[in-house]
Amino acid sequence: MSDFRALFASPVFNMSEHFFPNINLQDKLNWAEEFIQNVVIPRLPEAVASHFPVEIGTVLVMFACAGVFVGVVPLLPLVLVLAERKVSARFQNRTGPMRVGPWGVLQTLADGVKLIFKEDFIPPQGDKLLFLLAPYIIFACSFAVFAAIPFSEGILVSDFNIGIFYIMAISSVIVMGVIMAGWSSNSKWSLLGSLRSAAQIVSYEIPLGLSILTIVMLVESLSMQEIVANQSNGVFSWLIFRTPFTFIAFFIFFISSIAEVNRTPFDLPEAESEIVAGFHTEYSGMRFALFFIAEYANMFAVSAIAVTLFLGGWEGVLPGYDILGGFPGFVIKSMALVFLMMWLRWTLPRLRVDQLMNLCWKYFIPIAFFNILGTGIWGLIFPEDTLISTAISCAIIYIGLITAYKVAGRTLAQKPAPQPS
Amino acid sequence: MEFTLKPFIFYGFALMTIASALVVVTVRNIVHAAFSLMVTLFGVAGLYVFLQADFLAATQVIVYVGGILVLILFGVMMTSGRLEMRIHIERGQLLLGGVVALALLMLLLTVIANTPAWKNLTDDGTELPPTTERIGELILNGPFLLPFEVVSVLLLVALIGAALISRKEVRD
Repeated sequence: MSDFRALFASPVFNMSEHFFPNINLQDKLNWAEEFIQNVVIPRLPEAVASHFPVEIGTVLVMFACAGVFVGVVPLLPLVLVLAERKVSARFQNRTGPMRVGPWGVLQTLADGVKLIFKEDFIPPQGDKLLFLLAPYIIFACSFAVFAAIPFSEGILVSDFNIGIFYIMAISSVIVMGVIMAGWSSNSKWSLLGSLRSAAQIVSYEIPLGLSILTIVMLVESLSMQEIVANQSNGVFSWLIFRTPFTFIAFFIFFISSIAEVNRTPFDLPEAESEIVAGFHTEYSGMRFALFFIAEYANMFAVSAIAVTLFLGGWEGVLPGYDILGGFPGFVIKSMALVFLMMWLRWTLPRLRVDQLMNLCWKYFIPIAFFNILGTGIWGLIFPEDTLISTAISCAIIYIGLITAYKVAGRTLAQKPAPQPS
Repeated sequence: MEFTLKPFIFYGFALMTIASALVVVTVRNIVHAAFSLMVTLFGVAGLYVFLQADFLAATQVIVYVGGILVLILFGVMMTSGRLEMRIHIERGQLLLGGVVALALLMLLLTVIANTPAWKNLTDDGTELPPTTERIGELILNGPFLLPFEVVSVLLLVALIGAALISRKEVRD
């Protein structure tokens, strides 16, 4: 037994602490201001020194953070686009890109270079100013979301006290960029795509927000770090298993997230078979690449938010040990959800508009309200999170899943099998 | 006098708010006006952050930019997909608008002059406690519970009304 514990306590299993030192912005801010105060100012001429703003240090660190994000986050789509193509290829019994680099790993890089050198075409009949601005709004908003995501105990830009609320606010601005792009292109495909997108995003924001509310009710904080800290006692303290209602809320959150980032089966805004490419039909070159990067960055961001809210964030599966925890654990969990999104994309057909709206307004929103009511009652019955409450919750989830499986099986069995045409 | 960056950021936000608000009322293209309004709303949100009311700032963005402005644009695009959407302003409207704006200005100035609290505010660099918890206490567990519930019932009525107006007549 003791050997077993020693193994987990060994540096091998605490790799994340070893390789990823804590990067707490607050410390860095203080450090930068002290650096300016003690090193820079004494070296300046007398007249300048007395007026030299110490806060420049803060501003510089903020710019550095932004620079790191703008530098690192586009690498994410670089990986994800290749992953998407390889996953889709596997699902369709193909090999995917194989030519550029070993197993085609450099394909996205080559595509990126191609996009940079392509002509940046601006529709002459469109609204030039808004056409040029739109990609930047979408790009900036999807990057601003990353500022509040805690990648690990120390790796986060800022621990806002309104963390998750800030994320919701910023991501609700993305739809403005989508409308701007669709309208300024002066093309019917673009306009149709952006109208569909606006309707979809505004609708699905409601179940999304209500699902987040169940978490906020349990944690009693909007801060992302406190939400993670609330799940530090291993896998059964993760908020998804804490009550049966958060278990349902996770699925509503995840499915609504897929709708928010416009992916199949909710990809009506960019349905290729109907409206070419939706709101970014008229874009080419680097501006198109910006849309693409933002889309994949969004995909990772919503997965990371789902992990933070429901799946323990950077906390591991066992209390006290660093398994699936820290920065690597966080990335692994997020990537698992990203893979789930790709899996859904290449498995399910696209929904119709009425099905999309029915699902949101007639099913998700009532269920999400029921979740809030249930979480409130749960909180009254179990004011403290105990072993008993977790056990009861897990039992209910287990029974519910078994029942759902049986009911679904029976319903499907009653349906006549589709005849091959 | 110690030199700080805060006033610069504050005036940046103030300038952004006022300049874009001017664009909103002067530009003839209604879609440009709507997008300019977005900048105004962001500027106001920035000013809220300066007042250390971060919850209010996020609410401002989520409700006005993510909700109301999107609906405005949605309405504009549904009614006319054409790029050239011009606003025609007649002289009578200009006069009426000017009178209303002046009245509003007078009202606001009176309120500002008669509110003593803000004169006592000084920026000594201390960070105020986050407002989220206090707002929650006041709305859900305090004196504003009844107004909050009444407003939510009002919204529900509006929702049902909208559904009633927009639904199709089923004839049989």
